[in-house]
Amino acid sequence: MQAIEVNGLQKTYASGIVALAGISFSVAPGEIFALLGPNGAGKSTTVRILATLSAPTAGTAAVCGLDVVEKPREVRRRIGYIAQASGVDPTATGRENLVLQGRLFRIPTPRLRARVDELLAMFELTAAANRVAQTYSGGMKRRLDVAMGLIHQPEVLFLDEPTTGLDPTSRAVMWEEVRRLARQGLTLLLTTHYLEEADQLAQQLAIIDGGRVVAAGTPDGLKAELRGDRVSVELADRQRLAEAEALLRALAEVSHALVDGAVLYAHVASGTRAIPAVLATLEKAGLAVTQVALSRPSLDDVYLRATGHAYRQAGQGQPPPVRQGPAAPPGAPAAPGAPKSGK
Amino acid sequence: MGFLEDTWYLFLRLVRATTRMPVFLIISIVQPIIWVLLFGQLFGAVTSIPGFGATSYVQFLAPGIAIMTALFSAAYSGLGLLAEIDRGVLDRLLATPVSRGALIAGRLLHSAAQVIVQSAIILAVATLLGARPRGGAFGIAAVLLAAALLGAAFSSFSSSLALLARRQELVIAVMNFTILPMTFLSTMIMSGNLMPGWIRSASRFNPVNWAVVAARASFEGRWERLPQSIALLAVFAALGAVLATLSFRRYRRAQ
Repeated sequence: MQAIEVNGLQKTYASGIVALAGISFSVAPGEIFALLGPNGAGKSTTVRILATLSAPTAGTAAVCGLDVVEKPREVRRRIGYIAQASGVDPTATGRENLVLQGRLFRIPTPRLRARVDELLAMFELTAAANRVAQTYSGGMKRRLDVAMGLIHQPEVLFLDEPTTGLDPTSRAVMWEEVRRLARQGLTLLLTTHYLEEADQLAQQLAIIDGGRVVAAGTPDGLKAELRGDRVSVELADRQRLAEAEALLRALAEVSHALVDGAVLYAHVASGTRAIPAVLATLEKAGLAVTQVALSRPSLDDVYLRATGHAYRQAGQGQPPPVRQGPAAPPGAPAAPGAPKSGK
Repeated sequence: MGFLEDTWYLFLRLVRATTRMPVFLIISIVQPIIWVLLFGQLFGAVTSIPGFGATSYVQFLAPGIAIMTALFSAAYSGLGLLAEIDRGVLDRLLATPVSRGALIAGRLLHSAAQVIVQSAIILAVATLLGARPRGGAFGIAAVLLAAALLGAAFSSFSSSLALLARRQELVIAVMNFTILPMTFLSTMIMSGNLMPGWIRSASRFNPVNWAVVAARASFEGRWERLPQSIALLAVFAALGAVLATLSFRRYRRAQ
C-alpha cells in the first residue's frame, strides 16, 4: 500500500479559478517526496486536500489507504500538517502550543509531558519553551511548527514550503531534520519552489505547473532523461535574443533553444562540439556574445523543458521566482490563469 | 464527550491569550467604569423628570452598562477569529481530529466568560458609587447570565460575519451599524416611561432590550419579567450558535 495515492485530482474554486487540472502521483512509505513548482502551481492546494482541509472537485486522494473525503477523521489521526503560514499560536508559549496539540490528539498526560520535553529538546527549543512564540525567530517558529506536527507520531508529514523565508543556516537545519525524520520511517511530502531543495532532499519528485504534473521521477532520473549539455548565451544587445534563438534552432547541433529573461538556452548533445558552431553562427549574424556557459543538465533544465520557462534564481536560495508574462519565451505555452496561491 | 473536552481546551487557550494582553485587560476594566461615571454625571438630572420612575440614576444605569459592555466587547470577537485564520492557527487546528463544533463553542464560551467578568466589575463599581443590588446574590447572578447570553449571541454573529466575509472592515462596519441603534432603541440609558411610543414598541423586539430588562429586573429584585426575558435571550443565543455553526461549515466547504 502506498502512503499517499493521488488520482486525477482536480480543484476548481468557487471563484472559477482552476487550481488543479487533474494531477496524479503516489508516495511510497518512508519516502521523501517533493512537489516542486512556482507559486500558484497548485502545490498548497494539493497538500490542503491531502490534509482534509479542502475538498477536491474531482478525482481521489488517499493517505495510508484512507480516502481523505470518506474518512477525514481517520486521516487526521495519521498525519501531521505544517502549513505555509505558521500555525503557531503567538500568544502561547512553545510548550503550551505543543501541549494543546497533544491534548487534541488525546495523548494521556504523563506521556504527553514526556513527548513535549522530547520534542523541545529535539528541536532545540528547551531554553525557549516557556517564552511566548511571538518572541521566537523565524527559524524557531518553523521548528516549533514541525514539532507540533509530530506530537502524535504521525505516519505521514506534510510540509508546505518548510524553508521559505528562512536564512541559509535555518534552512540547513531544516533539511537535516527532514532527512532524520525520513530515516525514522516517516513518510514526508514537502512542497517547495526551490529546485535545489527538491534536488537535495527528495527521493522522488513531481514538478507541477499550472495545476498539472509536467514531469515526475527521481531527481537523477529526470536529469538523465535530458542527455547532453546546456549552453547558455548572453548577448550585448538583449533586443536581438529572439533573432539569435531562431538561428540556433536551425543548427543541427542544437536540439532545443529558448529565451528566458536575458539568457538564451540551447540544449545540445555535446557542449564541446556545439559551442564553436553556436559562436560562429552568432558572430556571422553580427550578434556580440558577452557570456557563454556550458553546464550539465540540472533540475532547472528539466523544469525548463517541461514548462518552457526557466526557473531562475530558485536554486540559489534567493527570493521566490516571479513568473512574468513578458519574460516567457515566444512559443512557450500561454501562462495559465494564475491559480490561487497559499490558502 | 470529545466535543466537551475539546471545547474546554480551546476555551482555556483563548482565556490564556486574553490574560496575556494587559493593556486590553486594563482598558476593558477601566472603560466600563468610565461609562458609569460619565453617564452617571451626564444624565444624572433625568431622574428628576416626572415619570422617569427611578430616583438614583446610578441604580438605574448599572445593569444597563453591564449589558452595554457585554454587547460592545462581544460584537468584535470575530476579529480575533479572522486573525487566527490569517495566521494559519485555524488550519492547524482543523488538520487535527478536534471536534469542529468545539472550535466555535470554545469561542462563544470565551466571549461569555469575558462578559461575565466585565459585568461583575461594573456592578461592583456601581455598588461603590451607591447603587444597591436589591435582588441580592441571585439577582447579580441573573444580571451576569443575561449579559453572558447576549454576549454569546453577538459573538456568534460577529464570528459568522468573519467566516462569511473574511474581511475585518466588514465585521467592524456591520457591527457599528448594528449595535449603536440597538443600544439606543433600548431602555439602557433612558426609562421606557419617557420614550416616544414608536421606540418603546421597537424595543420590545430588540434583544438588547430583553437583556437590559432582564438585568434591571434582577438588579432591582423584581422577578416577574425575568423568566420571559431570559427565555427570549436563550433562544436568541441558540439561534446565534446555530448560525455560527452553519457559517463555519460553509467556510470549510469553500476551502
